[in-house]
Amino acid sequence: MPPPTRKTPSVGASVSASATRSNPPVKFRSARPKVDEAKDEEPKKPQSDAFDDLLQTYYKGKHLTDSINTAEDKWTLLPAFLKVKGLVKQHIDSFNFFVDVELKQIVKANERVVSDVDPQFFLRYTDIRVGTPERLDIESNAEITPNECRLRDLTYAAPIFVDVEYSRGKQIIRKRGMNIGRLPIMLRSSKCVLSNKNEWEMAKLNECPLDPGGYFVVNGTERVILVQEQLSKNRIIVENDPKKGIVQASVTSSTHERKSKTYVITKKGCIYLRHNSIMEDMPIVLVLKAMGIQSDHEILLLVAGTDMVYQDTFSVNFEECAKLKIFTQQQALDYLGARAKKARMPMNAVNRRPPALEALETLANIVLAHVPVENLNFRPKALYLAFMTRRVLMCMTNSGLVDDRDYVGNKRLELAGQLLSLLFEDLFKKLNNDMKMNIDKILKKPSRTEEFDASTLLATGANLITQGMNRAISTGNWSVKRFKMERAGVTHVLSRLSYISALGMMTRISSQFEKTRKVSGPRALQPSQFGLLCPSDTPEGEACGLVKNLALMTHITTDDEEEPIRKLVFALGAEDATLVSGYELYAPGAYIIFINGTSLATGRMNFEDFLKRGLVEYIDCNEENDAHIAIYEYEIGESTTHLEIEPFTMLGAVAGLIPYPHHNQSPRNTYQCAMGKQAIGAIAYNQFLRIDTLLYLMVYPQQPMVKTRTIELIQYDKLPAGQSAIVAVMSYSGYDIEDALVLNRASLDRGFGRCQVFRKYATALRKYQNGTVDRIGDIKRELSRDPENPDELVPIRKHAALEPDGLAAVGEKISMGEVYINKQVPTNTSNAPTLLNDGPPLDEYKDAPMAYKLADHAYIDKILISTAESEQTLIKVLTRQTRRPELGDKFSSRHGQKGVCGIIARQEDMPFNDIGIIPDIIMNPHGFPSRMTVGKMIELLAGKAGVMCGKLQYGTAFGGSKVDDMAKILVENGFSYSGKDFVTSGITGESLQAYIFFGPIYYQKLKHMVQDKMHSRSRGPRAVLTRQPTEGRSRDGGLRLGEMERDCLIAYGASQLLLERLMLSSDVHEIDLCEACGLMGYSNWCTTCQSSKGVVKMKIPYAAKLLVQELLSMNVLARIKLEDVFPYGEGDVKEA
Amino acid sequence: MPSSDHVDPRRVVGVEAEIVTNVTSTDFPGHWPNEDHSWGIDKFKNTFRVEFHRNTPLFAEFDLIHMDASIANTFRRILLAEVPSLAIETVYVQTNTSIIQDEVLSHRLGLIPLVGDKKALINMQWFMKPASGDPPQDPTDDNTIVLHLSAACERIPGVSRSETDPHKLYTNASVYARDIVFDPAGKQVTTFANNPVRAANPNILIAKLRPGQEIDVTMHCVKGIGQDHAKFSPVATASYRLLPLIKILKPIRGKAAERFAACFPRGVVAFEADEETGEKRAVVGNARNDTVSREVLRHEEFKGCVELGRVRDHFIFQIESTGQFDADELFLSAVSVLKAKCTVLKRETHRMLKKQALDARSGSGNAGPKKGDRGWAAE
Repeated sequence: MPPPTRKTPSVGASVSASATRSNPPVKFRSARPKVDEAKDEEPKKPQSDAFDDLLQTYYKGKHLTDSINTAEDKWTLLPAFLKVKGLVKQHIDSFNFFVDVELKQIVKANERVVSDVDPQFFLRYTDIRVGTPERLDIESNAEITPNECRLRDLTYAAPIFVDVEYSRGKQIIRKRGMNIGRLPIMLRSSKCVLSNKNEWEMAKLNECPLDPGGYFVVNGTERVILVQEQLSKNRIIVENDPKKGIVQASVTSSTHERKSKTYVITKKGCIYLRHNSIMEDMPIVLVLKAMGIQSDHEILLLVAGTDMVYQDTFSVNFEECAKLKIFTQQQALDYLGARAKKARMPMNAVNRRPPALEALETLANIVLAHVPVENLNFRPKALYLAFMTRRVLMCMTNSGLVDDRDYVGNKRLELAGQLLSLLFEDLFKKLNNDMKMNIDKILKKPSRTEEFDASTLLATGANLITQGMNRAISTGNWSVKRFKMERAGVTHVLSRLSYISALGMMTRISSQFEKTRKVSGPRALQPSQFGLLCPSDTPEGEACGLVKNLALMTHITTDDEEEPIRKLVFALGAEDATLVSGYELYAPGAYIIFINGTSLATGRMNFEDFLKRGLVEYIDCNEENDAHIAIYEYEIGESTTHLEIEPFTMLGAVAGLIPYPHHNQSPRNTYQCAMGKQAIGAIAYNQFLRIDTLLYLMVYPQQPMVKTRTIELIQYDKLPAGQSAIVAVMSYSGYDIEDALVLNRASLDRGFGRCQVFRKYATALRKYQNGTVDRIGDIKRELSRDPENPDELVPIRKHAALEPDGLAAVGEKISMGEVYINKQVPTNTSNAPTLLNDGPPLDEYKDAPMAYKLADHAYIDKILISTAESEQTLIKVLTRQTRRPELGDKFSSRHGQKGVCGIIARQEDMPFNDIGIIPDIIMNPHGFPSRMTVGKMIELLAGKAGVMCGKLQYGTAFGGSKVDDMAKILVENGFSYSGKDFVTSGITGESLQAYIFFGPIYYQKLKHMVQDKMHSRSRGPRAVLTRQPTEGRSRDGGLRLGEMERDCLIAYGASQLLLERLMLSSDVHEIDLCEACGLMGYSNWCTTCQSSKGVVKMKIPYAAKLLVQELLSMNVLARIKLEDVFPYGEGDVKEA
Repeated sequence: MPSSDHVDPRRVVGVEAEIVTNVTSTDFPGHWPNEDHSWGIDKFKNTFRVEFHRNTPLFAEFDLIHMDASIANTFRRILLAEVPSLAIETVYVQTNTSIIQDEVLSHRLGLIPLVGDKKALINMQWFMKPASGDPPQDPTDDNTIVLHLSAACERIPGVSRSETDPHKLYTNASVYARDIVFDPAGKQVTTFANNPVRAANPNILIAKLRPGQEIDVTMHCVKGIGQDHAKFSPVATASYRLLPLIKILKPIRGKAAERFAACFPRGVVAFEADEETGEKRAVVGNARNDTVSREVLRHEEFKGCVELGRVRDHFIFQIESTGQFDADELFLSAVSVLKAKCTVLKRETHRMLKKQALDARSGSGNAGPKKGDRGWAAE
């Protein structure tokens, strides 16, 4: 018999891209009216790109600008959209914007570093750039690839360069390309090596062309900066509390320097301004006066306009101000200044300013900070405040005129770029601050040997930015000092459970609301999220409704420059609001325009002036309110302004996998959104080149029979997670109750539901201070037990899998206790001088092997030996298990219908239909009535029809293959229109009395498998402190008899059982107790009484003994008094 | 071919719109008063018929008429699970640097249907897998067949750089089942001389390779049964259906007749000229072709015009072979397996009866059946 030899270690070859199409895509250089010009085809073409089709001028025979007539054509806009925008384009756009624009703005805003000591000195940043990702080590000159970073635990980062000019002595020196740190680079962003690469080039870089990118690789882990949802900044929100009779308008102002919240609030019918920097609420008229609008008439006009009702409501406020005897701006400022909180002055602030100046400062820079005050021109700010007051007035007269905090239009999404820019600005300021301090320190010294050169300081500060960025991304803790922002959980490890889980993570939005608060508002489905956020994809439980997902076509814009827009608005006929009076401001037909909440302008124009007549338009949530959008062509009427491209785009990428979701009860779609992310399938084309901590793969994944347009768009059909199973909906064997499934054993034999689990085990060979290094030891050998050649030396059993290099051989089977890395560590690692010679010699080693701990065996799949950033040798071992479904493994269809395998039935025992088909899965029909997943039934019908006519069917939301058509195909192929077959029992051989709903349904295997969960214990380890059994499967813990179980036993009176469970089988301990003093002694001796008289032995839980002793340590004495259970009974009962 | 009019209604399974009626046979003693339904070999011999309709090596369709469902089902079950066949059981991996992992490769190889000299295959012994802990048993030429598969992928020199077809660029870009070679041992050299063991279908794709990758494995094939693993099942599937019956109760004429015919697969409904009106009239043609789609029951206009059914003891048996044995041979093997099982049952029953009789005679209470447990032999 040939012995199984070892595999040579290998890194698998590139996965062959099976994306070649029957019709190779034709590339056109220019737009031409016809498609059939093959002459223009470029002679040499690299491997076909999956996206090539989309890059063509003509897509499916249509020009991008051709008019689109029918619903069938309309959806073809989508791939074009996704090519341009992509599902994670918002992340990439935002990062690109940060790198290209925001970075420069930040540097511009903080460009000068000056010294307090030497007024001559300056350092000025003239420019900033981000380079391309670079390797820190000099192993090769090749570009570093993301996959190398993943494998070697490196950070995928690029250096940041600045150009500076600074003074050295009397001369000014310019330096270009100074490195001030490394910035982690978002994958597939413009700085990434993967940008603009085609499928073939991606394969060369060991990267999957379908991978969305948009995440970072920091220390080898992939981390995503989740989209953060926030209440819109610089936007007036009017709220009404009818119970307390309070109406308030609030605005959160945010500028680069500060964040503050300003309220305009009613109190007993009067209106006040409230702000953190002012100690008490200020009458609004007073504030307006302080801002320089001294005439009551003008105030009235600016606030109430010409409306009599508003004027009447507002007039009370003048009285309030008059009572305080404040009539001029100076009076108002004095009053305000006295109540303003003083800005923290430097300690040596001798020159205290008068209150009026203080008030001016507060009003100009802190209250409503986002409205700029230039040259003490308070007019714009006063107008803004007046408008806020007017909103309060309006709400006072009509309580319906309030804003909704949960309205999507009042929300803003913060993306990676913005978050990074906050962080970078903070770090950059800190860098400059540190540098300034250092410069001051150096320049203070009176005599220097050489002229001071500031550029040396710049280089030393580089670590600050590098580490600050790395730490923030790798921990997710975002702390920005100047906003006092302290946010945890901003980044998450990218879930690579399946392709869809990674994709789903990229579209996730997390909300700032606390999860524990029991408010329904922020969690509720908002009508305004239609088309922007997916209505189905949200987790269940505490984060329900707070974590959301983007819809398929949502586009998140980056910041735009204000100036061009301002010019455009004025060019279109708007007037400067500071130049008009309250008469014109609130005249009918006049509208106030805000740009990012600041500048005010008015204009008289209607909707059409703004609406540019494009063919396709992004509609913002706020614009949606002013648009009349038809969903289908037939709905278009006189007043229709827009037509939805496709209604299914209201769902997100994950909900888009569900066929016929519009036929399902809506929670079922939500359940599927959660489960789709747990399905085992293919992860990426480079899945065999990755070494992840835990990776689940399906051996034979299939694309679903019933697809959706979304599946094609996100290319789930290329990286699927599931298999089409033939399902019979009937009851069978009784092992199918409570959603359990019956699986066909022959199907499992043939590979149904087979999956692989890869696990990573890593170790580093450390270098110690005293020069010693970890090493890998030899194989230990012993005499063979084989009687035929007893003299042969064979490896000991633990080392059976090792090769001469001390690592397990690739392909070798490894079982519990076997060593895969025979590591040894030096016994002496202390840094103490060796002269004393007290420690063990430096060349002595002890074994510290990495041994396989799981009960089920695995195979060594790959071994990687490399060096990490710290120059330490890094060894990663990847093990592989191939698993066949077993009893208790979890499966689910795409309709939130999960179930575990209840029995694996033999093929011959299972029912079969007329053409001899035996189902893979039997599902109990009780799963249907209460769940109302009609979509699943239609999926079966469409799938069956698709199988019969050899075509994939569509189950796209609000569309898809029609049930009538499917029924027709079934009838043509000799099946019942209903999908129900004539079925014969495999056990009796007789026909079943009912017709059975029978056909293919796409089933997902979920990651929850019995093998990873099953656990039992009789005896085992105990915790050191309490001597009670350990907890949890990973520690081989005991099975807990909990409080409720205990209550049952108490109620039942099973005292002996209780004693046995809670003490004897847990932490029984025998103590020596002195009956005289009630304290514990030992060895039949009481140390307190200095006698053995009255010392008895008794058994108590160790935890109780521990408690007594812990109390003792805190000066609490607990005495145990014993009493006879049966005081008048026979003597020997006493012992109990 | 029994026309629907001649079928005894007791033999008919009713096919209604939402229910199947009379699925259980009633021809057993005691069910019908004053009728003798006891089973007799002569009676069975006289009534039982087998009619072959198609017989190719890979597919056979034949009718078993006048047989109880339990027996027909037994044959089906035996075909699926108990007729032995040869399949790869153990794979020794010398080298496998392909992207297909060892376990997956082995699984794929195991499922490949094999063919070879039938007589030699039938004569093969069982290879008893030693229980864990027992010393390994050496395979012999009686019970094991050794196959080899080795393929290494290399770049073919001199191929133009623009070539993208991997099959032109590399050797062994795809490894197929035809690359498996038989390594006869001992007497296998002669017994399999004319018909060596090989894959039933040479075009089964096993793995794809790229330059530098290599597969070199040795496989041991043994005889096994489908109950142990589906790869040992000699059939792709074996099943039966009941002969459909269509009974036209009222004449259907003219256009309605055409619509009526459209409810069935082609050939099921024929037309003939009506004696009264001369119009086209629908009559039952070849009911055997009906797939029991029940489409006709959906239409209001044919309500009461037609009655559907199936003949309970007329089994249209279909066997699809994987290729190792011919489909009709497989059925005979199934019969012989059943026969062997019956022989064993008979022998054991006799032994049990004998033992009981002995126990009863010796009169010892402890050896006999326990109180309350009346063995069926007592009846």
